[in-house]
Amino acid sequence: MEIAIVSGKGGTGKSSISAAFATAGGRVVIADCDVDAANLYLIFNPVDEEETVYVSGHNAVINYDLCTNCGLCTDYCRFDAISAGDDGIVTISGISCDGCFLCSRVCPEKAIEMIPNDKSRMYSGSFRNGRMVYGKLAPGEENSGKLVNMVREKAKETARENNIGTIILDGPPGIGCPAISTITGADKVVIVTEPTISGLSDLKRMAEVTGKFSLQALAIINKYDLNTEISGQIEEWCSQNGIRVIGKLPFDSRITEAMIQSKSITEYNPQLDISNKLKEIWQQILNQNQ
Amino acid sequence: MIKIAIASGKGGTGKTFVSTNIFYALTRENISSVLADCDAEAPNVLSFFRTVRKETHEVVQHVPVIDVSKCTFCGKCHEYCNYNAIFILPPSGIISVIEDLCHGCGACSVACEYDAITEKPFPLGNVNISLYNNSHPVIEARMNTGIMSPVRVIKEALRHIRHEAEIVILDSPPGTSCPFIQTVSQADYVILVTEPTPFGLSDLRQSVETLRTMDSKFGVIINKAGMGNNDVREYLKKEGIDLLLEIPYSRETAGLYSAGRLLAEADESFGKQLLNVTEYITGKYGNSNSQR
Repeated sequence: MEIAIVSGKGGTGKSSISAAFATAGGRVVIADCDVDAANLYLIFNPVDEEETVYVSGHNAVINYDLCTNCGLCTDYCRFDAISAGDDGIVTISGISCDGCFLCSRVCPEKAIEMIPNDKSRMYSGSFRNGRMVYGKLAPGEENSGKLVNMVREKAKETARENNIGTIILDGPPGIGCPAISTITGADKVVIVTEPTISGLSDLKRMAEVTGKFSLQALAIINKYDLNTEISGQIEEWCSQNGIRVIGKLPFDSRITEAMIQSKSITEYNPQLDISNKLKEIWQQILNQNQ
Repeated sequence: MIKIAIASGKGGTGKTFVSTNIFYALTRENISSVLADCDAEAPNVLSFFRTVRKETHEVVQHVPVIDVSKCTFCGKCHEYCNYNAIFILPPSGIISVIEDLCHGCGACSVACEYDAITEKPFPLGNVNISLYNNSHPVIEARMNTGIMSPVRVIKEALRHIRHEAEIVILDSPPGTSCPFIQTVSQADYVILVTEPTPFGLSDLRQSVETLRTMDSKFGVIINKAGMGNNDVREYLKKEGIDLLLEIPYSRETAGLYSAGRLLAEADESFGKQLLNVTEYITGKYGNSNSQR
């Protein structure tokens, strides 16, 4: 069973909550799908057993020995990545290039080469309560959704091999490609929100996305006591929109203290009120009928 | 004009908090400013200001439409498409476009030798332009839900920045991939907002690495200071990175923010601190426009 933890808004506590779930009971596979800013390895210090190269895309590069600066590629590029300077020299911006190959195909001199972006990696190994898979997208690279898919595939494989039934997907912020790749086909989707105007607005946008993909979402209101009025609004909105709020967690600075010691809050102090709540919520998620 | 991007690798460190408060402090001083919300996946800037909507621009990309009566199922469009957005089964005469995967590059139209491909616009989102206090534009990039990439919407929003403004604040998306690069590559200076926690530091390092490869000028604001530990401060010292400001963590601040209110409005001295930061940046980098 794959359980995806997402949020829309960043910093609502996805990773801290995922870490708590991953250490709250039985062995799990934890997959860090926030490939843009993977953080769970800081808590779990996984032992990497396998490193896989991920080619995120390609970048067009001009071979100036062959280029005649005819400018044909400039006309075809729809990403505003190619331009001719005042001196007539054609250049390609690596930042804007989408890697579509069109310029390399239309170039009459075959002067454009497509160079693969191969600096991103996927790691797979073990951590203290099971297996861990995570991706690291090289800065500025794209197609993070595909890397998320790769991470999920690997997580499923390692779950089968190790006879582990539960996979936790710690998702990225936002509602775009990597977030969509994290939730599509997941058995359960948990949206972690916080009682701020931004948190509510991003929760709504995330819920629209889960709705579009016909996924039933659950919600956790983290730091609910920072603004109980907005917490109430969130609960009301959720109940009107068929999203079950499965738990409210208080703000607790000890989550940061735990993080500094590379521990989840449930490991750091299992007796805390917040640790007990997290364990309860985790049981509810596991027992919840689909 | 100087463009300052407010960014962070990690989400939720306070980018929007810093962006909105700087913009408020600048406009209070009657400094001609623009605030552009480039976090098109989760735009929240507008909820902090009472503004009047002036313009809305729809952002589209062009996706192919295949005329099956002209198609010979030669498969060249499928071969040209680098995004697997054209599905083709020649023996059974099936060809279809998977619009969600299409990046609108136009390669299939170029590939088709039988005139079977035309294009139609496919909506990606909107760029909304509003005015705050009747004079300062707030530009919002808002991606539609279900869309994969916010990059085109962000690019379009950046195109609407008026050049008369003295200071442009770009509230960036989180992460260090395309949407972030697209935003910060337009900026003369980048303020990285971080928090003094292990997650904050890890993502800060990654942002710094990225900005260094881009040759960007940048400095750091530590938000929620007092939480966590001293590692971020030590890292900045070791790397020789400007620490622009520390904003102490307080529950009151978090409470104000949660309700959509601005700390700089409630606490003038905070506004002053932010103005000192922008003065430092404009003083040091304000004339770097021509070099970039």
